[in-house]
Amino acid sequence: MNVIELKNITKTYHLGGGEEVPVLRGVTCSVERGKVVALMGASGSGKSTLMNILGFLDDPSGGEYFLDGQDVTHLTSSERADIRGSRIGFVFQNFNLLPRTSALHNVMMPLEYRRSACDRKAAKLYACELLERLGLGDRMNHHPSQLSGGQQQRVAIARALVNRPSILFADEPTGNLDSVTTVEILEMFRRLNREDGITIVLVTHDEEVCGYADRTIHIRDGLVMDGGFSESKGVQ
Amino acid sequence: MRISFQSVYTAFNALRRNLMRTFLTMLGIVIGIAAVITMMEIGNGAAKQIAEKISNMGSNILMVFPYAIEKAGVSTGAGTGVTLTSEDCEAIIRECPSVRSATPVVRGTDIQIVYGNKNWSPQRVESGSEMYFDVNEWTVSDGEPFSARDVAVSACVCVIGKTVADELFGDESPVGSQVRLNNVIFTVCGVLSPKGANLMGMDQNDNIVIPWTTMRNRLSRSGGTASTSSVSTEYSRGDVYSLSEVELYPARDASQTENYLMPIRFNNINAISASAVSADAIESATSEIAELLRLRHRIKSGAEDDFEIRDMSELLSTLTSTTELMTGLLLVVALISLVVGGVGIMNIMLVSVTERTREIGLRMAVGARSSDILVQFLVESLILCLLGGIFGILCGRAASEIISSVNGWPVSPSFFAVVLSALVSASIGIVFGFYPAWRASRLNPIDALHYE
Repeated sequence: MNVIELKNITKTYHLGGGEEVPVLRGVTCSVERGKVVALMGASGSGKSTLMNILGFLDDPSGGEYFLDGQDVTHLTSSERADIRGSRIGFVFQNFNLLPRTSALHNVMMPLEYRRSACDRKAAKLYACELLERLGLGDRMNHHPSQLSGGQQQRVAIARALVNRPSILFADEPTGNLDSVTTVEILEMFRRLNREDGITIVLVTHDEEVCGYADRTIHIRDGLVMDGGFSESKGVQ
Repeated sequence: MRISFQSVYTAFNALRRNLMRTFLTMLGIVIGIAAVITMMEIGNGAAKQIAEKISNMGSNILMVFPYAIEKAGVSTGAGTGVTLTSEDCEAIIRECPSVRSATPVVRGTDIQIVYGNKNWSPQRVESGSEMYFDVNEWTVSDGEPFSARDVAVSACVCVIGKTVADELFGDESPVGSQVRLNNVIFTVCGVLSPKGANLMGMDQNDNIVIPWTTMRNRLSRSGGTASTSSVSTEYSRGDVYSLSEVELYPARDASQTENYLMPIRFNNINAISASAVSADAIESATSEIAELLRLRHRIKSGAEDDFEIRDMSELLSTLTSTTELMTGLLLVVALISLVVGGVGIMNIMLVSVTERTREIGLRMAVGARSSDILVQFLVESLILCLLGGIFGILCGRAASEIISSVNGWPVSPSFFAVVLSALVSASIGIVFGFYPAWRASRLNPIDALHYE
């Protein structure tokens, strides 16, 4: 079953003076539940825009978007915020951790915006457990400045997972990391996918990253190449 | 929009993350509130002192006069009736809670005071009981005021004003000296502290104060014929007739008391001078006195009063307008400093919004709605202002204490100022925090996330 289905999604930016810049020109693709999918394309290809639309950070100009079979094309900003908070998680290239805040508090930050009542103690335990799982059990009270890049990114992953999302979006998650850590982080993604069944969408321009995905969707000039069905060999 | 424990917690964490900025932001409000508190306290102290000074001029004083007598169509003018007695005065002191003190007044004739080879005609010869000094808020700087006993025995003692003392005695102390007032020998028992001119430009120090009984029994009635009584120089009548045995007035039997409420001929006085407990109490004092006197004088309801009560309304209105002016002035200055503090908060909050753009984007990406961001920044500025307000109140209190001890200015702690500045700092937090918070909440999450 497809957790994400896009039908003919377009996105056009309106610049001043009536100039229009079409970035996505009809993207149709789907992501199956429990897969690791890489979104690949050169810079300017529109992959980041697509990622923003997929991650409910932005509205498409046209087309249809189904999440778990539900039409989510047109939502208010609050509804999109709620989906971002409850059903998806983000990992960013530059980690985006809160400075001068411990790893544990960074992980727990998204809980501040949970709509449903949450048991703080249980949430804290879960955050600890996540950090433990990601190998940061002894770094919980360290501030981001006291952590290495790979450790920071793992804190960010734990943060993305704390609300138990079903999809994880990672925007160039290894862009700021060295090759050893890159492998480490990518292995982490695969493990999470295997153990928790989380669907993971990786945005990258790095061939090596694609190697860790079940499937790669190539974007060029705002269009999906190969009909979005190029199965990569993957690292099984 | 909801302000929950969670948003307060979030705001506190955010503020704690940048202590220096938090402190500097708060400083604006601390200074603003401290300025307000200090100014209010010093201003209140000043206003109180001004009010005190004005009431020294007699703004709290009520004068009770008898009604005007009309004989064969000819009015003899205000205060010519003989309806007030010293017992009325005592009753007023006893039964009117709004009256602090009261004294009978007996009008005197022109008096020449002679000491040695010098003489002087003081502008005013005043009389009263021992309460005269309290009623007029006048102290005796040298010697002592006359006592209740002096009043009871019509003792020949007088308290003289500074001008009189200077004219007759020069540098030497007049206390204990004997002077002649219209050929009656008096002992000077005290000198009044100088008061300066009154509103009409009259020198208030140019006066003599004697017990009202003395005025009545020895000066005003005997008048010019008193010369023969000046033989009794060394002893007063009180020494001849022991006070405890001699009544001031002839004894009356029960039916007399019943029939004649007022022994008119024996203890009528020209006026009663009473002082209210405060300027605000003047109205209630007036009505209390009127009620009491109507009762004592057995005036039927509907009938006209046989007395008249006057207050110093001009002085009172001066007092009121001065106080109002003071309060208004202080308020304006206080508001200006608060606005300055508020703009400071707004500036720093705006800077903080810009500086934390990425953080805002991140918070939005993990599920914060615009309203959450709005509330968070609002709560942050609210906390800043409230904390700043608390510190400001403490600093202001400390500052005004220091100023009052260094400069000797009067300071009066004002609970109102504290409540006001707490309210004002909270509203500053909301008003000036709103724009930055709104700006933050309008941010586009994508742009915010990629803001460098």
